[in-house]
Amino acid sequence: MLRIFIRRLLLGIATVAIVSGIIFAAVEALPGDACTAILQRDASGERLSNCRRELGLDRPAVTRYVEWASGAVRGDLGISAHNNKPIASLVGDRLKNTLLLAGCSLALGIPLALFLGVLTGLRRDRFSDLALSTIAIFAMTIPEFVTATVLIFVFSIWLGWVPGIVTASASAPLSAFFPGIALPVLVLTMVMTAHIMRTVRSSVIDVMSSDYVQMATLKGVPYWQIVFRHALPNALLPAINVIALTVGWLLGGVVVVEKVFNYPGLGHYMIDSISDRDLPVVQAIALIVAAAYVGVNLAADLLAMAFNPRLRTLKARSP
Amino acid sequence: MTGDVLIDVHNLSIGFTGRSGKLLPVLRNIDLGVRRGETVGIVGESGSGKSTLALAMMGYLKHGLRVISGQSLFGGHDLLAMPSRDLQRIRGGKIALIPQNSGQSLSPNLRIGAQLTESLALHGKVTSSSIPQRVTELLQQVRLPDPAAIAIRYPHELSGGQQQRVAIAMALAGDPEALLLDEPTTGLDVTTQAHILELLSDIAVRLNKTMVYVSHDLGAIARVCNRVVVMYAGEIVLDGDATTALTNPGHPYARGLLASIPRLGDTTLPMALEGRPPPPGGAGTGCSFVDRCVIAEAPCRAERPDLQPLIAGGRTRCRLPDRAESIPTKRHGKPVSASGSFGEPLVRLSNLAINYAQPSVFDQLLGRNPQGVPTVDRIDIDIRQGEVLGLVGESGSGKSTILKAIAGLVGPSAGEIAYGTFGALSATVEQRRPEQLRDIQLIFQNPDESLNPRHTIEQILAQPLQLYFGLSGDALRERSIDILERVRLGAHYLDRLPSQLSGGEKQRVAIARAFAAEPRLVLCDEVTSALDVSVQAAVLDLLDQLRRDSGTTYIFVSHDLAVVRALSDRVAVLYQGRLCEIGPAAAVYSRPCHPYTEALIGAVLEPDPGSRPVLMAEDIMELSPPAKGCPFQRRCHRKVGSICESTTPPQRDAGAGHVIHCHIPIDELTSAQTLSALGNAVRPHVQ
Amino acid sequence: MSAGLTAPVPMKARTSRLSAVIREMLSRPSGCIGLFLVIANVALALFSPFFAPFDFKAMNANAILAPPDSTHWLGTDQLGRDILTRTILGGRQAILVTAIATPLAVAWGGLLGIYLGLAGGRLDDILMRVVDAFLALPWILKMLLMIVTFGTGIGVLVPTLAFFYGIPVIRIARAATQNIVARDFVLAARARGHSRVSIMRRELFGNVLDALMVEGAMRWSWMLLAFTSLSFLGFGVSPPTPDWGLMIADSRNFMAIAPWQAFAPVIALSSLIIGINLTADALAKALGIDRAQTAVH
Repeated sequence: MLRIFIRRLLLGIATVAIVSGIIFAAVEALPGDACTAILQRDASGERLSNCRRELGLDRPAVTRYVEWASGAVRGDLGISAHNNKPIASLVGDRLKNTLLLAGCSLALGIPLALFLGVLTGLRRDRFSDLALSTIAIFAMTIPEFVTATVLIFVFSIWLGWVPGIVTASASAPLSAFFPGIALPVLVLTMVMTAHIMRTVRSSVIDVMSSDYVQMATLKGVPYWQIVFRHALPNALLPAINVIALTVGWLLGGVVVVEKVFNYPGLGHYMIDSISDRDLPVVQAIALIVAAAYVGVNLAADLLAMAFNPRLRTLKARSP
Repeated sequence: MTGDVLIDVHNLSIGFTGRSGKLLPVLRNIDLGVRRGETVGIVGESGSGKSTLALAMMGYLKHGLRVISGQSLFGGHDLLAMPSRDLQRIRGGKIALIPQNSGQSLSPNLRIGAQLTESLALHGKVTSSSIPQRVTELLQQVRLPDPAAIAIRYPHELSGGQQQRVAIAMALAGDPEALLLDEPTTGLDVTTQAHILELLSDIAVRLNKTMVYVSHDLGAIARVCNRVVVMYAGEIVLDGDATTALTNPGHPYARGLLASIPRLGDTTLPMALEGRPPPPGGAGTGCSFVDRCVIAEAPCRAERPDLQPLIAGGRTRCRLPDRAESIPTKRHGKPVSASGSFGEPLVRLSNLAINYAQPSVFDQLLGRNPQGVPTVDRIDIDIRQGEVLGLVGESGSGKSTILKAIAGLVGPSAGEIAYGTFGALSATVEQRRPEQLRDIQLIFQNPDESLNPRHTIEQILAQPLQLYFGLSGDALRERSIDILERVRLGAHYLDRLPSQLSGGEKQRVAIARAFAAEPRLVLCDEVTSALDVSVQAAVLDLLDQLRRDSGTTYIFVSHDLAVVRALSDRVAVLYQGRLCEIGPAAAVYSRPCHPYTEALIGAVLEPDPGSRPVLMAEDIMELSPPAKGCPFQRRCHRKVGSICESTTPPQRDAGAGHVIHCHIPIDELTSAQTLSALGNAVRPHVQ
Repeated sequence: MSAGLTAPVPMKARTSRLSAVIREMLSRPSGCIGLFLVIANVALALFSPFFAPFDFKAMNANAILAPPDSTHWLGTDQLGRDILTRTILGGRQAILVTAIATPLAVAWGGLLGIYLGLAGGRLDDILMRVVDAFLALPWILKMLLMIVTFGTGIGVLVPTLAFFYGIPVIRIARAATQNIVARDFVLAARARGHSRVSIMRRELFGNVLDALMVEGAMRWSWMLLAFTSLSFLGFGVSPPTPDWGLMIADSRNFMAIAPWQAFAPVIALSSLIIGINLTADALAKALGIDRAQTAVH
C-alpha cells in the first residue's frame, strides 16, 4: 500500500508541476508584463527596457520559470506589480478568508448532502426524492450570482436578517466576518450540496439493488441493519471522490460568490488582479488553487483506499 | 426419511405488467409440495420461471413482479402474505438460500467471519459467547482448510469455489430446515463443481435437510436430487422421481432436453430441439410446447392440458404420455466425424508462448521489462486442413488466449504461428495481410456481446462482405440472404435488431458473419457455452453441417468435455497454459490419458442418476503457472515425486498420434487407470 | 431433421429512432415543460427584435427606476430604459454564443475522446494527464486569461468556450468508448481487420452518441452559466447591449428601492436553464442513460 501512496504522491507532484508550467506559459503569452502594468502609459522605449532589466524580465523564460517555481516551493511568491508588497502576505490574508468561507460551507454542506443523498436514494421515485432531486438540479446549474441575488433580496432587503455585502477588509480578524458570511455560505452550500447529493443518491440506488443487498434480505437481516451495515459503507465510497472534486471547485470557483458579496477572499483578489493586470499575483493564485485541487484529490484517493478493502489488496496497476 | 409437507406451493401465478399494460405471467398455476427430507431438483432453461419459483418459496419477489394468484406456504403459513418481521425470522432461520453467484452475493466490505457471525446472531440458536467457535465449525463443515485464515479475509480474496463454500456455510448457520439452491455451481470449473456437489449431497444426507435445487444442468441435478421437476414456459410439465425422469421421462420436452445433452460416450451429435419457448404471455390457448412437439395433435392446440398422474408415479402435463415415451432420445445414423484422412497441416503452432503481464509505467520509465512466468508456454500443435481440433481446459488453461493469438488480437512472446502458404503470421491484426485476415475468422462466446446492438442483421453481415469482397447493393443483399439460409435463418431476419432475436438465433448470425468471409479456419471460442442446452445441440449440428459442406477447419474451444467430444476429430487438453495431452478424440477420452484428463473426465456430471463423479484433483486455486516442471504438479493425484516439479514432462507416444506429456510411462498409466471413472466414458448408455 | 427455419416473431414496423425518442420525451411532464421553456426562449431570442416595444438604448430621464405601469410593463432601469425590451432581447447574445459553441465543444471533445478511448497507449496516458491538469484550474481563471488577452467579442468567446468546455467532453466520450471497446463486437471488428477510423465510425460512434447528446445539453447549460457570469462580472458583453448578466449586475445597486429591475432577467435566465436541464433529464431517461455519473463543469 505504501508503494501505491508514493506513486500517487509523485503523480500529484508531477501534475502540479505541469500545471505550473501551463500557468507560466499562459501568463507569458499575455500581452504586456509586470513592467507595462507598473509603468502604464509610460511603458515604452528606454524606460520600459530599463524596468525590464531591473526586474530581470529580459532573461529567457525558462530561467524565470525555474526561479519562480523554486521560489514558490520555498514560500516566496514574488512581488505584486500593483503595490510592490510581497505576494505571499497579501495572498496569505485572503487565503485565510477563503478557507473560512470554504470551511463553513463544507461543515454545513457535507453532512447535509450525505443525509439528503441517502434519504433520496432510499426513497427513490417517491415524492421526497422527486422534490429534492429537482431542487438539486436547479441549485447546481443556475448561476451562483442569480442565486445570490435572489437570496440577497429575500434575506437582506425584504427580511432584513443579514447584511447583503461584506464590509470587513482583507486583514480583518475572522470574527469580523460574521454575520456577513451567512449568505455567501448559504449560496455555496446550496450548490455543493446539490452536486454531492446527486452522486450519493445514485450510489445508494446502485448498492440497494445489488446482489449482496438482496442476499442480506434473504438472510433475514432487518432493513435498517442492511442499510447501515451492508449498503452505506459501500455506497458512500464514491462520495469521497465527489467531495474532493467539490472542495477543489470551492477553492477556485467561489470567485463569483466572493465578488457578489464583496468578500475579501482569494477569488475576489484574483479578479481584481486580472483587471489590474497584476500578473505575478495571478500566477501565484493560479498555482495555489491548482496545488490545492491536486492535494485534495490525492487525499480523497488515499481515503478511498483506506475504506475500500478491494483497492488495498489489488496489485498496483499502471495508472 | 420423508415426512410431512414442508413447502407447499398452491396454484401460484406470478407476473409483471408489460409495456403495453398487459399482465404477463412468469409462473402459471404452480402446484408443488416438498416433503421434509426430500431433495427436489427444479430443471428448466432460461425463461422457464424456475428462479422466480425458488425465490417465491422464500416469499421473495424481484422488483416489478407481483402475485397474480395462489400461495407459497412454508410450514403452513403463506410467505407471500406475511409481514416482513416474521419473514425475517423465517428467512435464514427456517429456510435458507445458497445463491448463484457467491462472489456478488457476499458483502464486499465485511470479512467472512463477520458475515457468518451476523447470520448466527440473527437466528439465535447459539449463545453469543459460542459464536466464534461455531463460525470455525461451520467453515470446517464445508471443508475449508484453515478456517481461521478464511474468517479474517474479504470475499474478493477468495476463489470462486471458496466463496461458494462460504455461502453454503452461511446458509447452514441458521440451522434451517430447508435449503434453496439457485444454480450454485454455475460459473465454477468442472473439477470444483464436482467437489461442491459432493459436499451438498453429503450435507443433504447427513444433516437430513430438505433441499430444493434449481438448475439448468441435468447432470448436477442427477447427482444431488431424488426427485425432479421439469419446468417450461412458467409451468411444471413433469414431476417424478429422479431415476424415471432422467432415463424415461413422460413429456416430449423433457425427452427432447435429455436428447440434446451431449454425453461423453456418444459417437453421434446430440439431437437438436428446434424452436424456442414462448415469451411470457405468449403461450396461446393450447399446450405451451405444441409448436416444438413432434407428437402434437389437434386437441393439444385447443386447450391447455392439466397435470395428470403417470402410471409409474409422478405427474406430467402431456396428454399423450405413452406416445411421448416412444420419442427417441438418441440419434442414430451419421457418426461424428468423417473418417476420411485430412489434408496438409493448415496451422502450425511451434513452441508458442504468450505473456499477459504488462510492464507498468514506472518499469517502462526505468527500461525494465519483467517477464514472469508466461501465461501460455511450449505449445506445439499442428492442425490439418478440414479437421476439428478441440481445445479443452478449465479457467486459466489459456485456451482462449491461444485462439486470440492465432486471430492476431494478442501477440506471442515466443514461438511462431505458421499458417498455410503464408509462413509465419505477424503478431497482430494490424500487421497482417488482408487475405490472412479473411481466411481466419473468430466466433465469440456471448452473442449478446459480439453483435453491435444498434446494427441490423443486414448491417452486421454487410461488414465482412464489404470488407473482403467489396460487395454492395443487390449483390450484397443476395449474398447476405444466401448466408442466412445456410445458417437456417430466413431473409426476413435482415431488418431485425439483435435484441429481437433469441440467444440461439444471435449465435447463428455470428456464425453466418464468420462464414460470410469464406474462411479456411474458423476459431470457435466457447460458442455454445452461453446458450441453453437445447439450443446448444442445434448450433453444434449447424457447425458440423457447415464444415462438411465447405471443408472448413475448426479450432473448437470449450470447457465442456462432452460438447468437445461431440464435434472434434482431435482433442488437446490444456492446463495452466501448457499442453497435457493431444490425440484423436476417442483416444484422449479413454485410457491411457494424462492424470489431468482423468480428473476432468471423472468430474463430468452426466445426467444419469446412476453415475457418480470421481473426485481426484484437490480443489485449490492456482494463481499462476509453476515456473518449471509439470503444470499439474500441485494437484496431481498421480504425482511421482520431485521430478514433476523440476523437469518438463517428456512427450510419451501412445500410438496413432496420441501424445501424453507426463513423467509416468504409458503402460503404467494404462494399468493404473483401469479402475478409475474412465469407465463412464466408454460405457454405452442405457436407452 | 426439420429444415430448422424458426418461426418469425411478429414485429411492429420499425419507426425512426429519433421520433421514438422525442415521443418518449414528450410523454413525461419534465420533457414537455423543458422543451417548451427551451423553445420559447430560443424563439424569443430569434424574433424579439421584431416586436420589442421600445429601443433598448432609449433612455428616458423622466422615468428612472419607475415601477411597472401601463407604458413600461416591467418598469425601467436606472437610465430610464424599458426593462421588458431589454429582457426579451437580453438572451440573444448569450444564446447565440453558447448555441454555436456547444456543438463545437461536443464535436471536438467527442471525437478526441472516442479516438483516445480506442487508441489507448502512451498518447492516451499523456493527454489525460494534460486534461487533468487543465481541469485543475478554475474555469473562470481560464476564461479570464483568454478574455484579457484577446478581448470580449463573439469571435473570442465562441472558440474559447468551445475549447474549454470541450475538455470535460473528452473524458465522457473516452469513458463511454472504453466501456464499448471492451465489448466483443468491437474486438470482432478489429479481428476482421477493419481500420481504426472505420471502427470509430461504424461501431463506436452510434453507441457513444447517446451519452454525447445528453452531455451536449448539459454543456449548453454550463456555458450559459459561464457566459452570464462573465457578463455579470463585467468581462463579457459590453453596455449598452442588453444582457441578462449585465442587467442583474446593474440591478444590485438599486435592489432596496427598485427590486423589479432584477426579477425579469432572473426569471428569464432561470427559465432557460431550468428548461435545458429538464430536457436533458427527459432525454437521458428516454435514451436510458444514468445521469448522475456525468462530470462537473
